Amino acid sequence: MPPEMHHAALQDGFRAALWADAPPDGLTAPNPAEIAQRFKVYRNNVFHSLTRALAARFPVVERLVGGEFFTALARAYLAADPPQGPVLLHWGESFAPFLEGFAPVAQLPFLPDVARLEYLRGRASHAADAAPVAPAALGVDDLEALHLALHPSVHLFASPHPAVQIWQGQQPGAPKMALKAGPDHALIARRPDFALVVEPLDPASFAVLTALKGGAPLGAAARHGDLTAALTLLLTHGLIADARKGTPA
Amino acid sequence: MTMKTLALPLAASLATALTLSAGHAQAQSADMEKCFGVSLAGANDCAAGPGTSCAGSSTVDYQGNAWTLVAAGTCMDIELPAMADGTARMGSLEALDRDLPPA
Amino acid sequence: MPHLPQRAGLGFKPEHFHDLMARRGQVGFLEVHAENYMGDGGAPHAMLTALRADHALSIHGVGLSIGGAQGLNRDHLDRLRKLIDRYQPESFSEHLAWSSHGAEWLNDLLPLPYTDETLATVCAHIDEVQTHLGRRMLLENPATYVTFQASSWSETDFLTEITRRTGCGLLLDVNNVFVSATNHRFDARAYLADFPLGAVGEIHLAGHETEELPSGPLLIDSHGAPVADPVWALYAEVLDRTGPLPTLIEWDNDVPALDVLLAEVARASDLLGHATKGQADAA
Repeated sequence: MPPEMHHAALQDGFRAALWADAPPDGLTAPNPAEIAQRFKVYRNNVFHSLTRALAARFPVVERLVGGEFFTALARAYLAADPPQGPVLLHWGESFAPFLEGFAPVAQLPFLPDVARLEYLRGRASHAADAAPVAPAALGVDDLEALHLALHPSVHLFASPHPAVQIWQGQQPGAPKMALKAGPDHALIARRPDFALVVEPLDPASFAVLTALKGGAPLGAAARHGDLTAALTLLLTHGLIADARKGTPA
Repeated sequence: MTMKTLALPLAASLATALTLSAGHAQAQSADMEKCFGVSLAGANDCAAGPGTSCAGSSTVDYQGNAWTLVAAGTCMDIELPAMADGTARMGSLEALDRDLPPA
Repeated sequence: MPHLPQRAGLGFKPEHFHDLMARRGQVGFLEVHAENYMGDGGAPHAMLTALRADHALSIHGVGLSIGGAQGLNRDHLDRLRKLIDRYQPESFSEHLAWSSHGAEWLNDLLPLPYTDETLATVCAHIDEVQTHLGRRMLLENPATYVTFQASSWSETDFLTEITRRTGCGLLLDVNNVFVSATNHRFDARAYLADFPLGAVGEIHLAGHETEELPSGPLLIDSHGAPVADPVWALYAEVLDRTGPLPTLIEWDNDVPALDVLLAEVARASDLLGHATKGQADAA
């Protein structure tokens, strides 16, 4: 390694060695025989910190596959699709699609959807703030034409698998329950007190909420089913940020 | 269904929803601070701390590409409902002992 | 621009929010990692906003990759400016390290050789940061486990030249000095004798772990333990020369109860008190 080697080339070698067995060229240490051991600190910091960051985002996926499997899974995911920026709050959108194509988890057909649920929960956690409207804002004559702006954290989740039940079963203190066949639906959102909610929905409420989130007025949303359950959920969790008649801006 | 006939059920739905949600909505504004701790589970604070948060050490061996994936999760307890074709399925991981692809 | 108070501060962890609100004002300042506050909303911003009302604030970036050969991430600079505009921190600091490779984020503070080439790159990056943010930044000395054949500058000369060329200040991490000195078998006191202490705007103190290599110890900058006694001793010696400086207790791994951290803060406050008294006596 010539000392005049440019920094960019040196970084290329350093990065490549993170994935290899041998340390990169160009390093020194008081005892050169120990360079490999010393370089391992960097390799382990990179993989350990990213693996734990992924596990923080997808704790139920980790529980489902076990810590050892998850560590190896994280390494495969990092090889396929490393994070593309320093804000890891937004990392992980591609994890569920990755799991769909990852043969070793093919026998867990629900796993990608559990990951999708956990990703949306993370998105809800960091979504923009919006204060809930006073219930009086809903007291209008022309209810059919009323548009609701849902809180930015609201996501509507659907899975052909019992993914919501499986996620719930892995929460602390959850009783062991027999799973019912999918599909599962859920409302995922952040309440004004910052608690995250994952509320299972029946298919009609899912359709109603999807229509409302899409900007449909109450009258149109009601064609998908009874609004009572959906409105109760939204009001209970403070998820209506605005209510206006006419076309939303 | 006409708009006229929709109005009554809508108003009834809203009235019921307002009644059902009233107690909850008040309870949740009572002590916002108390809920911070709970809500942060999964908020991945340790995500942005290279070299500081979540630091590893030289003792865990992340070297090389040969990784054995051992099936060891709690998913072994999950009995999936019968699928559309009627076959019962157990969730299980395929043990993987091949080399994972390098970056 | 306001400065951090010459007191002992603490790295803020969400699990300490209630305890810190109950004891608001007891710690000299708080420090947060910038990248944990780059979401749109939610609990992190609510907590930081609540705490900011009663505390001086240091925003400590871990994402700029200032020591990388590639250009700085402009989107990230914009995010930083937005965060700084919002919270108006008394201090902004970053690291002499790199952590991005192309678009890939490696999530660790990786080391660089100290050459004429990297000096020019780092200085250009710091100029860009200071221009974009409209403020002076502090640059932190790294803890390292390897060095580079290509290095032609000592770390202290490299840092001195950076401050001279860019006008930036320095964040002196005394634990990093001790970790690097032990790992590379040099004298921490000699390093500190060469360090441009006049440029230091903040001090970091943290704990480390010890591993054994055949040739001797390898210290890991773990931020998961109390500050070690030799690091306290070096810190006291630095204060003898500089007088009191804003001093942060960092504890990011296996975070203990707030009381444990406040005991570390109190120990730093004691030494800062002595330094203040020493200054007054000398005057």
